[in-house]
Amino acid sequence: MQDRPSAEKLLAAARAFLNETAMPQLSGQAAFHARVAGNVLDILARELALAPGFNKAEQARLESLLGEDGDLATLNRKLCEKIATGEMDLSNDVLKNHLIRVTMGKVAIDQPRYQGYKTAQANGWPEEELGD
Amino acid sequence: MKICCCSPFLEVAHRRREWQFSSMGSAEIDTFESQMAALCARRFDAPLAHLKRLSGGASQESWTFICDGEAYVLRRNPRGLRASENALPKASEAAIIGAAAKAGIAVPQVSFVCDDEDGIGEAYVMAFIDGETIARKILRDAEFDTVRPKLATQCGEMLAALHAIKIEGLPDLAYSDAAGELEKYAGYLQSSGHPHPVFELAIKWLRDNLPETRPPALVHGDFRNGNIMVSPEAGLVALLDWELAHFGDPMEDLGWPCVPSWRFGQHHLPVGGFGARADMYGAYRAAGGEIDEKATRFWEILGSLKWGIMCGVLMVSAFESGADPSVERGSIGRRASETEIDLLRMLMGED
Repeated sequence: MQDRPSAEKLLAAARAFLNETAMPQLSGQAAFHARVAGNVLDILARELALAPGFNKAEQARLESLLGEDGDLATLNRKLCEKIATGEMDLSNDVLKNHLIRVTMGKVAIDQPRYQGYKTAQANGWPEEELGD
Repeated sequence: MKICCCSPFLEVAHRRREWQFSSMGSAEIDTFESQMAALCARRFDAPLAHLKRLSGGASQESWTFICDGEAYVLRRNPRGLRASENALPKASEAAIIGAAAKAGIAVPQVSFVCDDEDGIGEAYVMAFIDGETIARKILRDAEFDTVRPKLATQCGEMLAALHAIKIEGLPDLAYSDAAGELEKYAGYLQSSGHPHPVFELAIKWLRDNLPETRPPALVHGDFRNGNIMVSPEAGLVALLDWELAHFGDPMEDLGWPCVPSWRFGQHHLPVGGFGARADMYGAYRAAGGEIDEKATRFWEILGSLKWGIMCGVLMVSAFESGADPSVERGSIGRRASETEIDLLRMLMGED
């Protein structure tokens, strides 16, 4: 068990330092890179909170879709093969639902303000689940 | 796969004109400044003034300067080094821009291509044009409100003129059609080893839906919001960034500006976030161009896949190999997922 403070709280402190102390003192290229660094910390914060649950949900769906066990990378490679050969495509509702949820989950971590994500939400696409 | 820091793909993805990306040391800048002063003395018989780095980009440098009362832009490969195999040699790029100018396309006028005696490497000098290239400003700033609604039409007119250029007599550019572009990027994905089921789905669809082969045209190769210059008075005033020009399917240039990632948050306006496809297509047809809408759709989907693979494979490779370890390069890798959501939507028949 890791000691305190938690990763979430440390990240939040680094974020606050960037926003409140560093950025106001920077200009030009350095200010831009600081802003990017802040975005990266936000990605990490969301990944810490969401990815463990997302990965479990993805794993469970992949095992059921492919009918076999394995780690996420192996299962995803197998899925890629089946898609590339045409054995599975979007006419398969289980595959379609899986890909939508996985992708919604990735964007929810990487870029939740992306317009295409908002469009998908508005069209009723389901969010990724937090598996257990 | 290793991507060198001068890969044109990095340039495609990373184009920020407001500052430099990879900074030169101050001694290097001093040397460059004296080289430019010598160039101005030789070429213009006048002193150099106001030399300023205009843009970054890992594969292109742009500098502005004033000489003899005129403003110029110098475009050169980073530090004057030879470009990677995918980018045009600067002399060919200048020749293509010259041919486009002759065909009535708004481009900056090339003054001269630098030679060995100029001593600054592969570069050319062109006239400075005043205008805005930053996509988000073009889409949001009030000063562009009046010209924004006509930009899609202007794009259609410009592309029709570009694609009507006879390719005989042009420099011998590489030929890359739909299958060629698709397999190039499918190869990048395969070599990366990281699984992307949505990209595989797109590749399968694209292989099954290749457009028919058209006679080769001069294709700009990077025609999108961000590479066009817009003025508040006249709208589209110049087409920039010709280093990815090639011979190929003209429909490529009509698909690329509609890729969702180039709509910059204005998703409901497919052409660059500023206009409707019907406006661009209508102007293209009115100017004598023929459009195959199945093919433009193919190129939109392939365009989104290309940008996704640029982010998820090429950027990641440049970052992880240490060629460009910046936080910015690394974070662009995480833009692959935006194209996955767009690709899924497009493959399901949505816009």
